[in-house]
Amino acid sequence: MTDTMVTVLVEHRGNEIAQPTLEALTLARSIGRPIAVWMGEEPPAGAVTALREYGAEEVRVVAIGDRARHSGTAAAVLAAATADSAIVLMVSTFFTKEVATRLAIATGAGVVVDAAGAALVDGRVETTQTVFAATWNVRTRVNADRAIVTLRPNTTQAAPADRPAAGEVISVMGMLPEVRETVVSVTPVERDAGVPLSEAAVVVAGGRGTRGDYTLVRELADVLGGAVGASRDAIDEGWISHEHMVGQTGVTVTPVLYVACGISGAVHHRGGMQASGTIVAVNIDPDAPIFEIADFGVVGDLGDVLPQAIEALKARRQG
Amino acid sequence: MRIVVTVKFVPDLQSHRSFTDGTVTRTADDGTMNELDENAVEAALQLKEALPEGEAEVYAVTVGGPDAVAAVRKALQLGVDHAVHVCDESIAGSDVFGTARVLAAAVREIEKDGPVDLVITGMAALDALTSMLPTALAAELDVAQLTLASSLAVANGVATIERHMPDAHETVTAPLPALVSVTDEANTPRYPNFKLIMAARTKPVATWSLTDIGVDPAQVGAMASRTTVLDASTQPPRENRVKINDTGDGGVQLARFLIERGLA
Ligand SMILES: Cc1cc2nc3c(=O)[nH]c(=O)nc-3n(C[C@H](O)[C@H](O)[C@H](O)COP(=O)(O)OP(=O)(O)OC[C@H]3O[C@@H](n4cnc5c(N)ncnc54)[C@H](O)[C@@H]3O)c2cc1C
Ligand SMILES: Nc1ncnc2c1ncn2[C@@H]1O[C@H](COP(=O)(O)O)[C@@H](O)[C@H]1O
Repeated sequence: MTDTMVTVLVEHRGNEIAQPTLEALTLARSIGRPIAVWMGEEPPAGAVTALREYGAEEVRVVAIGDRARHSGTAAAVLAAATADSAIVLMVSTFFTKEVATRLAIATGAGVVVDAAGAALVDGRVETTQTVFAATWNVRTRVNADRAIVTLRPNTTQAAPADRPAAGEVISVMGMLPEVRETVVSVTPVERDAGVPLSEAAVVVAGGRGTRGDYTLVRELADVLGGAVGASRDAIDEGWISHEHMVGQTGVTVTPVLYVACGISGAVHHRGGMQASGTIVAVNIDPDAPIFEIADFGVVGDLGDVLPQAIEALKARRQG
Repeated sequence: MRIVVTVKFVPDLQSHRSFTDGTVTRTADDGTMNELDENAVEAALQLKEALPEGEAEVYAVTVGGPDAVAAVRKALQLGVDHAVHVCDESIAGSDVFGTARVLAAAVREIEKDGPVDLVITGMAALDALTSMLPTALAAELDVAQLTLASSLAVANGVATIERHMPDAHETVTAPLPALVSVTDEANTPRYPNFKLIMAARTKPVATWSLTDIGVDPAQVGAMASRTTVLDASTQPPRENRVKINDTGDGGVQLARFLIERGLA
């Protein structure tokens, strides 16, 4: 560990800290001195306690409410809140990639997105990531004096610090830039109970092979404590809502376990899940491309296989 | 209305993709226009076609090595009016900020013939999937940014998009000039027909160097890049893969696999 200040942008849904933030803080501790930045409304006491437990030496609060939803605004205030930090870590989302890009333009930092890890090597940040649908591993060095790294969820094992850090709460305000874009309507999407798809350690996904009935997929996800995903075709059919879409233009997931049910494994879908730890596939077509990357494949009808698996897993839990 | 569409030359998704000396290998035989840029071109063409003949012009611009011309040729086949290929040895190895700088300079060069109202990009290049360029380009051009559009409409000098964020569906507007990045849900790209392919053959592609567009070579390329790929290696294939046929106990075997692996 070094004296380098490593700022983590806290990802939160209302009052709740997203798990990957704790992973990022854990990684930050291995690099230097972690600072947490909380944007939006004031954080609740419980959240501050959690950030301290994961080692945040300071909790910098940027209370700009909903204006934090604008990437340009978020980047501008973050520039002020991270002025003393050589390294800024964020959780990879489409939104944070925009924030990272704007922040880099403001500060001259180098950016690596979708990294699986980061370390200081001879005073420079080096990252690891997988690209091309997880078929290649790449190591990148940031040449600039400042580095911004967005991290994929489930790539660091989150662990609290040996003892909680002081985590003094400090209010920070930056100049808010002029905003040209106007959000004229926001329709909140109803979230499934449990962990969000992008962060889940287990994802059970259903495709066209479900014929629109997600009962079995949901049940298996429940038994495994995971989130429900879907292919693009299932979303296009209107079987399940958009935020469930896994793939290159949907959510990229890197769970410990990915179960693909009735999904062919098109390259666009694979691009969003191929870096998963263990991949299981259930498909009636023995030649489905998903089997090329499945650690365990069952050639069969999901209407037969899933109920049996669910029952066996439930029986074990009770037994 | 004048629209610039940015199109990227990328390795074909279905082909074997690889690295050479820290950059993505891009050659003409297995390269193509980034799939999502077809949606960007389509969005531009639909806006043009909704206006009376002669009231809109669409430019396609690519930044890349000699082979990248294939990306703008594809755009010509789809029906854009003008094609620009910015090609210069000094660009090689640029990071997203270098590429954005070059694209912004190209847009400004096009503006010498009249203002550009709209820049349309794909939401991501399906090679490295960074999705950073649209934001970087909007910042360079200092215009409004409407990203991840699943629909786009332009009326009375205002662009309106819809987008799916993880927690909400939003409708966002901005006055022109603006940059819009589109998803594959924004439209269904057309196929080039025979007539368009023949017509595209005779349409010229303007090739610009950095000098042509007034970019200092020292500010782009590998030397100016804020990041360097140190090494790239192929991920070893998954080992000990098992595939079974369900002969009545497939579900039980699946459960057993998960339990043995400590996953359930
Ligand atoms: C630019 C672009 C971006 C895209 N982005 C994405 C993306 O982000 N995510 C994504 O998913 N797709 C994306 N797609 C679409 C993608 O190419 C595929 O069309 C899609 O993933 C296919 O969905 P699917 O596997 O559910 O359907 P299908 O390909 O139709 O496969 C259904 C599978 O179910 C099996 N099956 C049928 N019945 C049963 C049964 N009873 N039991 C078991 N198995 C059964 C079949 O054998 C088949 O393999 C994109 C496409 C484009 C052009
Ligand atoms: N070299 C390039 N030339 C032209 N357009 C590009 C280039 N790189 C990226 N783009 C555009 O930016 C979008 C997003 O790319 P990226 O940020 O690389 O994922 C693409 O869909 C293109 O429209």
